[in-house]
Amino acid sequence: MGSLLLDALSKRYGASTAVERVDLDLRQGEMVALLGPSGCGKTTTLRMVAGFVPPSGGRVVIGGKDVTQAPPHARDTGMVFQSYALFPHMTVGQNVAFGLEMRRVNRADREARAREALRMVRLEGLDDRLPRQLSGGQQQRVALARALVVNPAVFLLDEPLSNLDAKLRGEVRMEIRALQQRLGLTTLIVTHDQEEALTMADRLVVMDRGRVRQVGTAEDLYERPADPFVAGFVGRCNLLEGRLEEQGRFRTASGALLPCAADAAPGGAAVLALRPELVAISPGGPARLRAVTYLGPQTEYHAELDGTPLVAICQTPGPADPLRRLSPGDGVSLSWDASTARLLPATPNDKGA
Amino acid sequence: MTLSPGRVAFGALVAAAFTLILAPVAMVMVISIFRQEIVSFPPSGFTLGWYVNAWARQEFARGFVTSAQVAAIATLIGVPLGTAAAYALVRGRPRGAGALNTLLLGPLAVPGVVAGTALYMFYLRAEFWLDRDITSTLEGLVAAHVLLTIPWTVRLVTASLQGMDLAAEEAAANLGARPFTVFRRVTVPAMRPGIIAACLFSFIQSFENLELSLLLVGPGRTTLPVAMLNYLEFRVDPTLAAVATVQILIVAALMLVTDRFVSIARTV
Repeated sequence: MGSLLLDALSKRYGASTAVERVDLDLRQGEMVALLGPSGCGKTTTLRMVAGFVPPSGGRVVIGGKDVTQAPPHARDTGMVFQSYALFPHMTVGQNVAFGLEMRRVNRADREARAREALRMVRLEGLDDRLPRQLSGGQQQRVALARALVVNPAVFLLDEPLSNLDAKLRGEVRMEIRALQQRLGLTTLIVTHDQEEALTMADRLVVMDRGRVRQVGTAEDLYERPADPFVAGFVGRCNLLEGRLEEQGRFRTASGALLPCAADAAPGGAAVLALRPELVAISPGGPARLRAVTYLGPQTEYHAELDGTPLVAICQTPGPADPLRRLSPGDGVSLSWDASTARLLPATPNDKGA
Repeated sequence: MTLSPGRVAFGALVAAAFTLILAPVAMVMVISIFRQEIVSFPPSGFTLGWYVNAWARQEFARGFVTSAQVAAIATLIGVPLGTAAAYALVRGRPRGAGALNTLLLGPLAVPGVVAGTALYMFYLRAEFWLDRDITSTLEGLVAAHVLLTIPWTVRLVTASLQGMDLAAEEAAANLGARPFTVFRRVTVPAMRPGIIAACLFSFIQSFENLELSLLLVGPGRTTLPVAMLNYLEFRVDPTLAAVATVQILIVAALMLVTDRFVSIARTV
């Protein structure tokens, strides 16, 4: 009953394409995050699932039923909006019971279920308050309760945490994930925050300019990014343009010769992706240190090798470590396990973030 | 808190502004309860005689009833029209919405006497075509006053609509509400403060209007402000002050009652 299928879903506004043939299949109980920079089409995709945006092409199938043409009120989705969108003139209890009222549940059941939903989000006893009398975090939880109380087939979250402060965000994140798993909700969440996506979702969909770039688990995306965009968007990455000179040797555009994974065949233009935390640094060597940033547990080293900028992130060295005395201008050497330097296809206009 | 010279000066300015605005009103109220027929200072001899006199004079009592009638009917017609227009302008965003909006606010910009004269001439022409009375009828007067109510309504309801979170409507639809239910349960409540304020302002605008009504009233169907002006042409005595005081108190009472439902300071 709770599966969600997007089949070649597209949206065009005149000549511009907002969403280009998105295919996605969510199992019952799975949580999938649509991740991407603003304007990548993730929110439009979500709104097509909810029925607020009519698709230009493709299908939306919820629980085996094609709802592409169905109006929002006939779709059985429960959505949490970025602004929470609580009804300001109704009490918290009335807000939560609204969906049940629309489903003609009788008053007694309605009140009991609304109370139960409020208890689930730890807001028991606040039924009679008005939304404006609650804090942002509480309003957020009312919105969750309101969407969940009707047992929707698909749970939709549109940047649900972006209006909360950082500390609260972490808490609510865990809470939503726990609820989602406990209730077995098929969930689609939209976010531009990679940490949010990585910690909450079973699978992530990285989108850019209306297209899906890669679908996979957090591990897939981080360790096996399909292209420079994904590598740069999920986590930090040194993305170096150049070409493979021979097996295991990569020549950057500025001339540096770097070791890379040996499995790639020499070819045309490519991008070398190297996670900064996999780069080791030691004093003395051909590379020139440009900046050192102390971040507490970690220290970030910005260096340059034959005109190619490279970032290394290491555990902050102890006070006696010679690394501790490095300062900009010093010579350093950088090293990494060649198998971790992945070669990605270079596509025009695809610059890593 | 220290009283800097700047603060003192600002306070004095505010006090002066309020005095300037309220002094004439207070003056009218004071005059209405003293005996002197010629307005003089200091007043002496407390009396409620002018109120008795005002009530005894048929034209004021009848004018009051007519004004209240016209104001109520014009409000009942104008506010729904203005609300519908505001909704269409904000949500439908039709082509030429800006021009349409300016047109709807137009009656505020045209001097009342000019609009009144224009309407009078239009009514005469219409009477000729339709072969029935329009000037000096209740219908004619109400139609003219509807023009007064629409600009206020459009402005106030537009402000309410623009302040509302559109996602609330989507949330209602998402929870299973059909479009009309969304409108009734979410949109209308969001417009309510604007509508209530619009009713109040429309009623007051119509109730105290003089210029527009001047040429449109007829014998036996005179609004209160016109009756007062007529009286003033023949004599000046505190009877008018008594009538004006009643008028002021009614408007003040309306304001207070409305403010209990919607905060006027926040809506307007």
